Amino acid sequence: MVGPLHGLTVVEIAHPFCAFAGKLLADAGADVILVEPPEGAEQRTYEPFAERRHVAAGFIADSELSLAWWADNTSKRSVVADLDTGPGRQFFRQLVAEADILLEAERPGLLADRGIDYTDLTGQPLSRHRSSPPAGALGPPPVNEQLIQVSITPLGRVWRRPVSEGHRHAEMTDLTIMARGGPMAMCGYDDHTLAPMRSRGDQGIRTACHVAVMATMTALLARDAFGGQFLDVSMVAAANVTTEAGSHGWLASQQKPYRQTGRHARPSLTEPAQVECADGRYLNTGAGARSGRDFDALLAYLTELELVDEAGPDMIAALERGGGYEDLTMDQVDRDPDANATFKAGRRAMRLIGQHLTAHEAFLGLQSRGIACGVVWSADEMMQDPHFVDRGFPTDVYQPQLDREVTYPGPPIRFTKSPMSIRNPAPRLGEHTDDVRRQLR
Amino acid sequence: MGDALAHLRICDLTGQLAGAGATRWLASFGAEVIRVEDPVRQGQWDILRGSPPYKDDRRGIEYGGAFNNHNVEKLGVTINLRTDEGRQLLADLIATSDVVTENFSAGVMEKFGFDYPRLRQLRDDIIYVSNCGFGHTGPYRDFRSWGPVAQAVSGLTHAVGLADEEPAGWGYSYLDHTGAYYMAMAIMMALWHRQRTGEGQWVDLSCTEAAGNLHGADVLDWSVNGTTARSATTPDSNRSTSPLMVPHGVYRCQGDDEWVAISCRDDDDWQSLLAVMGHEGVRLELNHRQFRALEGRREFENDLDRLLGLWCRQRSRWQIEDELQEVGVPAAAVRTPAERIDGDIATGGRDLWPVVDHPQMGAMRVDGQAVEFSKTPWTIEYPAPTLGEHNAYVFGEILGLSEKALAKYRSNGVI
Repeated sequence: MVGPLHGLTVVEIAHPFCAFAGKLLADAGADVILVEPPEGAEQRTYEPFAERRHVAAGFIADSELSLAWWADNTSKRSVVADLDTGPGRQFFRQLVAEADILLEAERPGLLADRGIDYTDLTGQPLSRHRSSPPAGALGPPPVNEQLIQVSITPLGRVWRRPVSEGHRHAEMTDLTIMARGGPMAMCGYDDHTLAPMRSRGDQGIRTACHVAVMATMTALLARDAFGGQFLDVSMVAAANVTTEAGSHGWLASQQKPYRQTGRHARPSLTEPAQVECADGRYLNTGAGARSGRDFDALLAYLTELELVDEAGPDMIAALERGGGYEDLTMDQVDRDPDANATFKAGRRAMRLIGQHLTAHEAFLGLQSRGIACGVVWSADEMMQDPHFVDRGFPTDVYQPQLDREVTYPGPPIRFTKSPMSIRNPAPRLGEHTDDVRRQLR
Repeated sequence: MGDALAHLRICDLTGQLAGAGATRWLASFGAEVIRVEDPVRQGQWDILRGSPPYKDDRRGIEYGGAFNNHNVEKLGVTINLRTDEGRQLLADLIATSDVVTENFSAGVMEKFGFDYPRLRQLRDDIIYVSNCGFGHTGPYRDFRSWGPVAQAVSGLTHAVGLADEEPAGWGYSYLDHTGAYYMAMAIMMALWHRQRTGEGQWVDLSCTEAAGNLHGADVLDWSVNGTTARSATTPDSNRSTSPLMVPHGVYRCQGDDEWVAISCRDDDDWQSLLAVMGHEGVRLELNHRQFRALEGRREFENDLDRLLGLWCRQRSRWQIEDELQEVGVPAAAVRTPAERIDGDIATGGRDLWPVVDHPQMGAMRVDGQAVEFSKTPWTIEYPAPTLGEHNAYVFGEILGLSEKALAKYRSNGVI
């Protein structure tokens, strides 16, 4: 069985902002040809590295040992083409001529300066909103009129409104994207002398890559009717529309979110939703108990754990009252004091249970009684959790640099007939240049 | 113009954000998305129907701000699946649809009598995408999930916070958005596969697994080097370890709870930052040789952050952003919703925040999409459907039910 995108060809100009989008397309079956400069892609220099003591004989180059590179470039092929030179650009044009998609995250203007931007490659304008200069007046004729080019830049390239050069050329990183785009103001601690937080793992870049993949698939499904087109992803815009109530709370009712430890930012402080369990790990109580069945189950569980006395009469009374609700709506919790007290008692009961068990025990105990909550695992702990092991999520891939198999996160989407998979580890620099050149002839 | 996906019909049983967000994308590119809701519970199997935020504090099932945001451009019908006639209506709708989507807990569709084998009987090449926290197999298949739950289990919550502090986690359901994005990808990839091969399929999407794919380098650091994310040396997540960048942090500025993010990607950025600082006291200390190269800045990162923090505390975040961006150093004020939605030239205005005219709520601004298409732009003009708003169109015109049959179904609680 092959992945759902088997048969598609993607040319990707290696860049840390689009690598993850390329990986998703590649693991889904597309033939993703990474174009790297002679010195190798920048992401090859990113920490962490495979430690020397683990490295197989024959692999000493640092450019082949970046784990950040390995993670984001599975299933791709690598060719070397120096886009600053005529022959490099000629090779690139040949690649694009045969491709369905060009994926890139180059600084606005850079590709046009080299004569290899969308208009040069397709003979069509970049945007329906402004006319680009006609292509091919001096340079070579267009090579692929059906091309879909997807561009990922901090603020977009041909965004509809006029923006100053300074804005279009903004230098940004994941951190500043998350600050400017909104997520950061919502994440952090109850204590506001502590900084707003972003996540590890470059989630701002990943969000832009998710938008890029959705856009690519949309354009592919429209290609028969509309032909190829240019897709302009703005990373800051992607963050902006990925903040849940941060945006729609402001748009609907001018809510000003206040960042809070381990739970949703809200206009005012809410009941803590996270508890440190007996083993020092945390349990997240999610959306809390919501139905009469949840409250009954909590009461029974407290009884079973002999925690009724510690819970105290107020909590027990509130839980008993909770048993009378069919479903507790957010609206009720918001304005009915009894419903609000019941909802808080549910959270407190979950926290009390968590304090007396390990985080994983509390998670299993509550979930098996129908109450949603989550053990706060680290990324590697999730990979060792029996559920995900049972589903075959952790995936072992032979890694030639180490001469052994290495565990990767598995496919994020489980297609039953056209499975995503890691077909090969991230390519070595220029590993496929000769193969690809031969295929072009 | 537009209508990239106008050839597609989606029978949509999703709700919340993790599901509704996926079909929202398809609808904004012209797909006919028919949202099926439960008349008995007035659509509140989706807890967002009728939930805050409210415009002008008006409440009720047609006043949920989040529901409106997540369901723009969709059609809405009501079907009571507890009745035989209702189940037949859903079966008829499925038979004319390209895709069936839902994000119930595992087992719910089976209980309604609409598991994948049944869907295939109704349409052989149907694409069925189910989306739940833990997927439809494995020991946790019956566990329930919300965004914060899947975030916790997948490692996302743990990935946000200061060293030696409780995880700060996410102040919103990042994974509901992201799970919706994966669901949209799943639907469209399966459609592409069908277009090529004629074959439909079931896609078992687990939001937690989608998120488990978001920390590849951390997972490899564990499987290759044995380093765990829970080690004592796990740094403040505002710092950058992949790649190493110093300084790379969020610093308090003038004002009440105002902050700026600054990252120096290399020694050139660092020298540019020093140049902006001019010749004031802390600049002399920061100019010290120990900070000149990345290794030194890394070794003395705490000292550097303290000194840089002193400089920022005396300035406005806007001034710092302007001055550093001017010389090409990545810097950004931490923006509130008001500041980014109404105050950022790059993302403000109707291009990213379109207005829909809701029959009860009135004009409502909603999220747009973060991408411009040169030929087939997204369009968001219509609000979320009111409960059963499109019953007559969908059951009458698409399924061909007579006025009389519709009236009967209305009166006996089928729709």
